Amino acid sequence: MARSRRDQELPHAPLHVFLGLATLVTVYPVLWVVSIAFSGRQTLAIADVPSDPTFLQRLRAVVPWPQQWSTANFTSVMTDQPFGRWVLNSVVVAIFTTLLGIFLSCTAAYAFSRFKFPGRRAGMMSFLISQMFPGVLTLIPLYIIMVQVLGLGNSRLGMIIVYAATSIPFSVWMLKGYFDTIPKELEEAAIIEGASAGTIFWRIVLPLAKPAVAITALFSFMTSWNEFILAATFMDKEDMYTAPVGLRFFVGGFSQQWGYFAAGSIIVSIPVVVLFLYLQKYLVSGLTAGSVKG
Amino acid sequence: MSGVTIRAVTKRYGDNAPVLTGIDLAIQDREFMVLVGPSGCGKSTLLRMIAGLEEITSGTISIGDRVVNDVPPKDRDIAMVFQSYALYPHMSVRENLEFGMKLRKTPRAEMDRLVAEAARILGIEEYLARRPKELSGGQRQRVALGRAIVRKPAVFLFDEPLSNLDAKLRVQMRAEIKKLQHRLQVTSVYVTHDQVEAMTMGHRIAIMHQGKLQQVGTPLEVYERPSNLFVANFIGTPPMNFVRATVGDGGTSLQARGFVLPAPAACREALAARAGKIVVAGIRPENVVDASRSTRGATAPLELVADLVETLGDEVVVHGRQGEDEIAFKMDPHNPPELGARVPVQLEIDRLHLFDAETEQRIND
Repeated sequence: MARSRRDQELPHAPLHVFLGLATLVTVYPVLWVVSIAFSGRQTLAIADVPSDPTFLQRLRAVVPWPQQWSTANFTSVMTDQPFGRWVLNSVVVAIFTTLLGIFLSCTAAYAFSRFKFPGRRAGMMSFLISQMFPGVLTLIPLYIIMVQVLGLGNSRLGMIIVYAATSIPFSVWMLKGYFDTIPKELEEAAIIEGASAGTIFWRIVLPLAKPAVAITALFSFMTSWNEFILAATFMDKEDMYTAPVGLRFFVGGFSQQWGYFAAGSIIVSIPVVVLFLYLQKYLVSGLTAGSVKG
Repeated sequence: MSGVTIRAVTKRYGDNAPVLTGIDLAIQDREFMVLVGPSGCGKSTLLRMIAGLEEITSGTISIGDRVVNDVPPKDRDIAMVFQSYALYPHMSVRENLEFGMKLRKTPRAEMDRLVAEAARILGIEEYLARRPKELSGGQRQRVALGRAIVRKPAVFLFDEPLSNLDAKLRVQMRAEIKKLQHRLQVTSVYVTHDQVEAMTMGHRIAIMHQGKLQQVGTPLEVYERPSNLFVANFIGTPPMNFVRATVGDGGTSLQARGFVLPAPAACREALAARAGKIVVAGIRPENVVDASRSTRGATAPLELVADLVETLGDEVVVHGRQGEDEIAFKMDPHNPPELGARVPVQLEIDRLHLFDAETEQRIND
């Protein structure tokens, strides 16, 4: 038994080496950022290298392990710098973007999935086509509409509307695809039992679409959480920056505060990691399994 | 309690050919009516129109004394059981049973009583806390039945409820549904494509084909007096044997391609008018009798060549051939004929079913 397992594993050895190396390449930059964040310093280098370095000193300079561990960068980025306020801006914008985007996408997708109405095909196609252009293309028109016409520059509400609007087409396609797979008999059974369209949507369809809603919400949240260009254009007052714009502030122009940048980056990535871990079960689950057939 | 009356009902989608034309059907109070037919015959559409899930293009459907054409499904006092069960997968069995009652704001105590009663009748008391996916196919179908029972409807509608079950379970559930209907005494409309299900379950069965009602009657009526070729062919296993024959001798004989049969005495008059025309003579396998069995009434001898022998245990079905005509019949399982052997049989002439070859309608009565 043990022998045969060993025989099976042997051919995989080169594959494992390759995968290990690939993982290292992927993780290395992240480790570098972590090292800088915990180094307590503001330089991009992990270790000091003398002018005439030995091989070991050179090697030390590329090993992502800080010379001394310190959380100074984290404490001061949150206290001395306005980073906390920027993260708060991001949190508010991302949460409300997600809520607004999901509410509108779910209702729209359900209509596209279940009802026949004029403009149904055209509507879905225009959503699809809007996804074919790079987002930056909409920068100037959005700026004119949101900032010059509506006066929503430097406003969280403005960002929420813009982000929700840009995430809706993708979300509608995602959700419509999922709603299409929910058997129509379930709704018919509910109709016969006396459920209204609203009851069917909220109590039958939406609970069954949880996996798709969760994934779409995650997508919505991440788009607005990570977005930089629109935020940098619309938010020119320092206290209205979102986290990605704020990070750029540390290392752009006249400042080279790599320590703050790295610490901030780690803080910003934590919510996304947590969300991913929490929503992981939905990435693989099929909740409708078992509703129909044997 | 109330019956269902269907009058001159037609259904068409857009400008396409109608899926249902001129359906007239009166289902009595407490009757178990089975709609049966091949797929695409419109039986499910008719059921869905009774349920209110499809609009009625023309004609009327009444439940009791009330025309329900414009009554929404929830106010028609019906309950429906779907082929796919259509249980809400995110709810427990109890929640599935309670869903409709909650919508109708049934008091808690009443709800508990009805759920307990339905669960007891169906033997699903142990599963009330489970989700549908934790149940077997048969258990799911019971829950679906339970959801219909707790509603206490005037009419049960079943849309091929057993088609997703395996053969053995299907036979078992078939009996259970029949018993349940007898016990609850609720008017039921049951759609199936399985003629055995139709024969065994229905008080009466309505056979449909190509959007038209072919015949309505008790299982025995449609079996013994099929009103046209389609019904004759559809009902019964193995199916009825058909032989094309020319009416000869002024209606006293039927001349098939390789043999001549005397015409049954009862329909010589009707045949006399068709002298020289072609008719289709049908005879059920059990009315083709080999020499070892006793016959009833007038018989005509015939010699068949055994083409295929199917053993069923209690009997064998022999597919015989006479010239170009194929005739299946049943024999004692212990002395099956060799393939290619000549088997002398007697045809029970009084049991012949005669159909007009053009209109396919029954000639004898």
